[in-house]
Amino acid sequence: MGLESKLINDGFFTTTIDALAAWARESSVWPMPMGISCCAIEMMASGDPKYDISRFGSEVMRFTPRQCDLMIVAGTVTYKMAHVVKKIFDQMPEPKWVIAMGACTSTGGMYRSYNVVQGIDQFLPVDIYAAGCPPRPENLLNALMQIQEKIGKTRVKDFPDPPHISHETKQADLSLSKN
Amino acid sequence: MKELLKEKLEKQFTTVQFEFIEQFDELTLKFDKSAIVNICAFLKDEDGLKFNFCEDITAIDWATRKNRFAVVYHIFSMENKFRLCLKVDVDESECSVESVSSIWKAANWAEREAYDMYGITFLNHPDLRRMYMPEEFEYHPLRKEYPLMGIPGAIPLPKK
Amino acid sequence: MQKLTKDDVHPKIVQTLLGADVHITVDDALENEMILNMGPQHPATHGVLRLLLRLDGETVIACIPELGYLHRGYEKMAENMSYLEFIPHTDRLDYISPPANNVAYALAVEKLAGITAPPRAQYIRMLLAELARMCSHLVAIGALAMDVGALTVFLWGLREREKIMDFFDVICGARFTTSYTRIGGVASDVTTDTMKNIIAFIDQFEEKFDEMERLLNGNRIFIERLEGVGVINKEDAIDLGFTGPNIRASGVEFDLRRATPYLFYNEMDFNIPVYTEGDCLARYFVRADELRESAKIVRQVIDKIPNGEVMLNSPKKVLPRKTEIYTKMEELIHDFMIVNFGINPPVGEVYHAVENPKGVLGFYIVSKGEGQPWKMKIRSPSFANIQAIPHLVKGQMISDVVAIVGSIDPIMGEADK
Repeated sequence: MGLESKLINDGFFTTTIDALAAWARESSVWPMPMGISCCAIEMMASGDPKYDISRFGSEVMRFTPRQCDLMIVAGTVTYKMAHVVKKIFDQMPEPKWVIAMGACTSTGGMYRSYNVVQGIDQFLPVDIYAAGCPPRPENLLNALMQIQEKIGKTRVKDFPDPPHISHETKQADLSLSKN
Repeated sequence: MKELLKEKLEKQFTTVQFEFIEQFDELTLKFDKSAIVNICAFLKDEDGLKFNFCEDITAIDWATRKNRFAVVYHIFSMENKFRLCLKVDVDESECSVESVSSIWKAANWAEREAYDMYGITFLNHPDLRRMYMPEEFEYHPLRKEYPLMGIPGAIPLPKK
Repeated sequence: MQKLTKDDVHPKIVQTLLGADVHITVDDALENEMILNMGPQHPATHGVLRLLLRLDGETVIACIPELGYLHRGYEKMAENMSYLEFIPHTDRLDYISPPANNVAYALAVEKLAGITAPPRAQYIRMLLAELARMCSHLVAIGALAMDVGALTVFLWGLREREKIMDFFDVICGARFTTSYTRIGGVASDVTTDTMKNIIAFIDQFEEKFDEMERLLNGNRIFIERLEGVGVINKEDAIDLGFTGPNIRASGVEFDLRRATPYLFYNEMDFNIPVYTEGDCLARYFVRADELRESAKIVRQVIDKIPNGEVMLNSPKKVLPRKTEIYTKMEELIHDFMIVNFGINPPVGEVYHAVENPKGVLGFYIVSKGEGQPWKMKIRSPSFANIQAIPHLVKGQMISDVVAIVGSIDPIMGEADK
């Protein structure tokens, strides 16, 4: 992204910067808590003084997607809510990861009914599934640590620049004679 | 309290046929659906009864009976600490009943939910929209013929 | 929050919003009104509640809440599973205080089946219901304070709540979604060691809660943000279907533990805090006082708890004990029949309501004599409480909306079912 995408040769200097960037990214994962139902309470509990999540670098649980890199989908996703989740996911800047927390997001959970999406991987690319109903806070912290491991292994070549879209700006028609 | 209720109702509404059912310490009243608004207004305002709290409004789908739906009202009197259950039968061909939201404002959303889930229209309701399902949804989920897993494609999912 | 275009919202909702009962006029206001979407994903709406606000500058003229983002189809699922299988689902209704919902459901089904749990089981249920009430009010006060700006109180409240969840862990086996009660009693017994630890916790809880209150009660910002905001008077509150701490803050002394006593509440000595102002500050004070009353009740329950069994010995309706299932034939058959075909209560209907931390939770069960209910309706307190939001926010500012929603304390899991 940005500066590092210019350094495409695999020299010693660039691989160190690469590793440095990956370490910086993994040590300060800012989660976007998509707290929908009961799992959101366990996510709150993983932020409380007993199961501190800020010692993992995730102190800041911003509720705005523009500043986050990890989306924790916590709670049952219904068909009506799926559009909202997808919209928020699209608003997050790259690179981004998703934890599907709980049984409801992984496979629909105990809700085999007409309004529950049977697994959010039908419309979101999920990285880690945390099992449980709800998963204990330690379980969520384990999922976070696995995401950190995954991020630590990424290198610059995994994040290609987005395809260049040429915006053809139309000249505004300011001529006086309009036909 | 139960005797007082029976006495007052039968004195006031001589044309309405009441059916009193007592089960598990609870009193249920069954009558024809055309009298619902008058009876509810009477129950709310009359001295000694004062049913000022509308707890819940719902409907039962009996599926095979002649009057397919039964609309159930649970009301509570805070003074007398007495709970009463009112039931009216609604047929599928004429799937509507008068709304009591002019008497208790709490009935507003409960009736909207009954409309959403069962398709029973409430006449003179100030704002009859769907409650839980999206507005474009065509079915009524709690009817017995609607499958538990839903009809695939009824609500669209976003693309990956 | 985003400004909406006409395509984002269904036209029926916009029509209702524009046609809402408008009698507020603001002097020197801007010419145009704006429709703002306080969407399902928002840090300060407690869960997935969508509020569409019609604003004139910063003053709210009308508000339409939209539910359904967490509608999981409980009532349809209940028609397809037996009474025992539905118990874990009741956990997830008011998911801040799961044991309280379990107790409510078990009481409703036992009323239908015509059985009563043994006294020790009822005392244990009371103990759990009051501990759950403390959990719920700690989160409610913490979330209200956090919405208004005081973040420390939230973390302190969660710290105390973790200690209560440790007790749930020891008693019920799970710290959060407990599924502890069964039809006819509770799943397992409580040891005297646990009860001693609970008393030790309550002893130190009073001082810790005093600390939390000291942070808030004298705080000028907190009081000015909540005082006089979202006032509702007595008649409107009853008419709109408000229950729980919200209605007790408007001067109505209505608590189902006193009005229609269940379990052994008529033998417990506790007060019902009632305030008359009806604004957000009064609702906060009611919850704070109820926390102390619950601590009192827990002490009395542990004092008075009798010895005995925790499950009823009625083989046709209640699951037999595991030790007997493994050794005796009759109990094995009963266990098989109950697990596979469900308890078969008599034909009839029952409506039972209890006082949950959020308000009145009622279960309306219609049975045709089969193992599965023919219909189950859950009367959830948050559904009725959210109905009052449009009435409360008229004429207030946007930031007051946040305080009002926080003081009403809705939980979308039960409002959407």
